[in-house]
Amino acid sequence: MVKKQEIIKAESKEFNFHYADGTHALKDINIPLYEKRITALIGPSGCGKSTFLRSFNRMHDLYPGNKYAGQIILYPDNTNILDKKVDPIEVRMRISMVFQKPNPFPKSIYENVAYGLRVRGENNKRLLDDKVEEALKGASLWNEVKDRLQDLAYNLSGGQQQRLCIARALATDPEIMLFDEPTSALDPIATVNIEELMSELKKKLTILIVTHNMQQAARISDYTAYMYLGKMIEFDETDIIFTNPSKKETEDYITGKFG
Amino acid sequence: MAINDQNIKDLNAIRKLIKQHKKNDSIFAGVGLFVIATLAVALLVLFLDLVIDGYPKMNLDFFSNFPSRKAEGAGILSAWVGSSLVLIVTFFVAVPMGVAAGIYLEEYAKKGWFADLIEINVANLAGVPSIIYGLLALGLFVYEFGLGQSILTAGLTLSLLMLPIVIVSTREAIRAIPVHIREAAYAVGATKWQVTLHHVLQYAMGGVLTGIIIGMARAIGETAPVITIGALTFIAFLPPSPVTDVVPFINFAWLDAGFTVLPIQMFNWISRPEHAFHINAAATGAVIIILTLLMNGIAIKLRYNIRKKIKW
Repeated sequence: MVKKQEIIKAESKEFNFHYADGTHALKDINIPLYEKRITALIGPSGCGKSTFLRSFNRMHDLYPGNKYAGQIILYPDNTNILDKKVDPIEVRMRISMVFQKPNPFPKSIYENVAYGLRVRGENNKRLLDDKVEEALKGASLWNEVKDRLQDLAYNLSGGQQQRLCIARALATDPEIMLFDEPTSALDPIATVNIEELMSELKKKLTILIVTHNMQQAARISDYTAYMYLGKMIEFDETDIIFTNPSKKETEDYITGKFG
Repeated sequence: MAINDQNIKDLNAIRKLIKQHKKNDSIFAGVGLFVIATLAVALLVLFLDLVIDGYPKMNLDFFSNFPSRKAEGAGILSAWVGSSLVLIVTFFVAVPMGVAAGIYLEEYAKKGWFADLIEINVANLAGVPSIIYGLLALGLFVYEFGLGQSILTAGLTLSLLMLPIVIVSTREAIRAIPVHIREAAYAVGATKWQVTLHHVLQYAMGGVLTGIIIGMARAIGETAPVITIGALTFIAFLPPSPVTDVVPFINFAWLDAGFTVLPIQMFNWISRPEHAFHINAAATGAVIIILTLLMNGIAIKLRYNIRKKIKW
């Protein structure tokens, strides 16, 4: 089912997740992320897609009482990023994230992009300038903001803000980028921009995206996982999931009979 | 199809209902306006009364003269210098401690019974009558620590009063920062301290400053605790200057000096039988109110300026 010569970048193995209130949000999830491919997570609201995505950069560690079980292995170094001995900050330095709602810091455009590097102790002005430019170009925002890098980020439009957040996540050269419904707060044109951007980004890195929009998953992703009630129902190449799924539940969801 | 009679009737009923409901709007607006106007007028009358009574004394001499047995020549030099120095001590003690405590409680402390206990205590501290702080300070700072009836003691005492205000306002300002901004900072790999320093503290600064200035405005008018620790009521000399002309240009002898503050000076004059002193008291009262309003004004302006730059 999987094309040959695909390299696995990360893989969740028998991954379970419990929220602090005891909710068993993810049950025995096994999903591989292939290198330089886009993997989409689809499924109805509350099925655990976002919970799964947010485990990849240990966001759940910010709130006490959440429990991980099982593994998410990051290759090629075979690090289990859920291991208590692995510092969540180390994980976040390798795997960056773009959120559902554009969330730039109330700082300048420049500082927003440079922040990830500053956190890593980089203060060399020239290097920061170069990196900021590179990241803004990578997020196809450079031409729109190059003359006003010191402007406050919230003066940008929603779509520009989201691309700024992508630039911020890109500036630190992540191995994997997580997108949590990145276009759900944007208009159709901004959505197209972001989708094109993601197709561009996958030449360099691995992408995991949560989306409510099935057409979006079909348009941009290489692999798709359908999740329901905390379980992974089916994972396959996107073409197969959308044309010839092997599970009845997947087909019902795809064809709109359910969800 | 003809217009249904029933529908028209319904429409009239709805309009009547809306009118009825809107009447409640106007009633509440009216009552609210009346209450606010009453309060505002009361404050204004009080203030104008003080200004009119004290007007003959409102000149530069009043600020540059020591108190005196003769009402005409008496001024508030030692009182405003004393108030300023005490406030400086209060500021440098209460602000770092209050802001740090607020950050710790909000960002670092584990939620549990201990945090709840501290929370309840801080809230209660804000409500303790100020005379109690005065008694605490008398026992602790004056006698136990042997700091004497000094500017330092007064500053520490007032900082106890100010501390809960600073802590509460810091915590509220921090809580107002949206979760998604915080998560954005963590997501790029920031540590808790980096998030606190680069984001939380900066975005909360408007609220923190407001709390600080409101706390200071409260401290400047406090009388009871300062009397309790034994501030002088009549003082015709200044503390040693904090700035000197020899290296290192700063001295701390003033911390140890006796002092008086504006409200005590006012209290002292108002308790004299001669009418001339009452004019002095009124003028001092006007000065205190102007200072308080000025500080609140600065707080509002600062908050506005900072909020203008921060949007989520």
